[in-house]
Amino acid sequence: MISVDDVSKSFTLHNQGGASLCVMRGAELCVAPGECVALTGPSGAGKSTLMRMVYGNYRIEAGTIRVGTVALETARPRDILALRRETLGHVSQFLRVVPRVPTLDVVAEPLRRLGVDADTAHARAGALLERLRIPQALWQIAPATFSGGEQQRVNIARGFVHPWPALLLDEPTASLDPANRETVLELIMEAKARGAAILGIFHDADARARVCDREIDVGRFTPARPTLERRGQ
Amino acid sequence: MSTPLLETDGLTKRYGSRIGCAGVSFTLWPGEVMGIVGESGSGKSTLLSCLAGHLASDAGQIRYRDRHGETHLPATMSEAARRRLAREEWAYVHQNPRDGLRMGVSAGGNIGEPLMARGQRHYGDIREAALSWLERVEIARDRIDDPPRAFSGGMQQRLQIARALVNNPRLVFMDEPTGGLDVSVQARLLDLLRGLVRDLGLSAVIVTHDLAVVRLLADRLMVMQGGYVVESGLTDQVLDDPQHAYTQLLVSSVLQV
Repeated sequence: MISVDDVSKSFTLHNQGGASLCVMRGAELCVAPGECVALTGPSGAGKSTLMRMVYGNYRIEAGTIRVGTVALETARPRDILALRRETLGHVSQFLRVVPRVPTLDVVAEPLRRLGVDADTAHARAGALLERLRIPQALWQIAPATFSGGEQQRVNIARGFVHPWPALLLDEPTASLDPANRETVLELIMEAKARGAAILGIFHDADARARVCDREIDVGRFTPARPTLERRGQ
Repeated sequence: MSTPLLETDGLTKRYGSRIGCAGVSFTLWPGEVMGIVGESGSGKSTLLSCLAGHLASDAGQIRYRDRHGETHLPATMSEAARRRLAREEWAYVHQNPRDGLRMGVSAGGNIGEPLMARGQRHYGDIREAALSWLERVEIARDRIDDPPRAFSGGMQQRLQIARALVNNPRLVFMDEPTGGLDVSVQARLLDLLRGLVRDLGLSAVIVTHDLAVVRLLADRLMVMQGGYVVESGLTDQVLDDPQHAYTQLLVSSVLQV
């Protein structure tokens, strides 16, 4: 469902003397339907960079990434948008939404974009918020004022509101209390059971052991020491 | 949905020896929202004016496919034909609501006028349509007989949007639609625009200098500098992994709150 083949990435910083920083070389992995794969490695190894390339958020400099039938490195913006709408879900570490939009609408939005009617979308969003213990009194309030843990749960509800066949999870259990952490692990297990291919970053070793089938150490795709090259004059 | 709505090829506008915009080529698909960003003088407003037919381009081509599947070349059409196309298919939202509204006419009249221009005559229907649009843009129904100058800036902008959209356009051009508004009003307008674009299946071209606005509204982004498009692509990709020196500068110059 998700495959990464010989992918490299470097960043060229034009406003810092044109320095080029190579952060990844020859990355490869694949995730089958129903499987959950964890990216591991020390901070700075490139876990988030790789996730961002799979999501289409970072450009793929060399190599290929496929999600379903879409080749990310050549996909047009509209192909990537359709992929995100229909196939590839994402729970990021931070909630980024239009300010002042009620929580219930924030969670229902991915369904509304798929053409699901407002009542059905709100019902599904409400069921997830309830499962994640966001009190109903907060549903009509924008999440900007919520605590970190509450925002993270809103983010998770949004990431599970549609049964995407592929999911990217960036620290889904960070800043959660034990009960909610348990609920999130259940949601992940349920997604696997329905056949979702999941790629995630989990610093929580116990959570990783419970939901992940395999681990991939991203450190082995990191160049021996990040090479900083100055552009030739 | 498999044919483009709007295509440009090498679109160029000069002001004497100075370049307004040059060699702009892109394809906009139905339902897509494209943002154009750049600093003052980058050519983004010139480009928007050329696209909307307010300015004649000097070179290049624009192709537009209407709701009947017919292709038009607005750059070479007669003025009358272009006006008809604009009236039936497009809408334009100005930065300053005063440029898009008739300030002496009631709110209801502002929404009803475009309907009358399209041949609607039944007073009750027009008033009903005006009321329903006021509601949609979150203006109380009992303000229908007030003139726009009795409205706040944010309400005026919402009224302008109602007037622009009442005739079911397929393509909306927006020039800094949130430009003159308080941030609190901006957020509400952004949410309104997002909902309308989604529910009506609109395509839009939005010019702004505000990167936060395009991140939330636009699917795709073009970055302009000195009249040229220096970078384009998926909005979050351009903002989070900018490739061009100017885009990197633009993104790194945004103040964080």
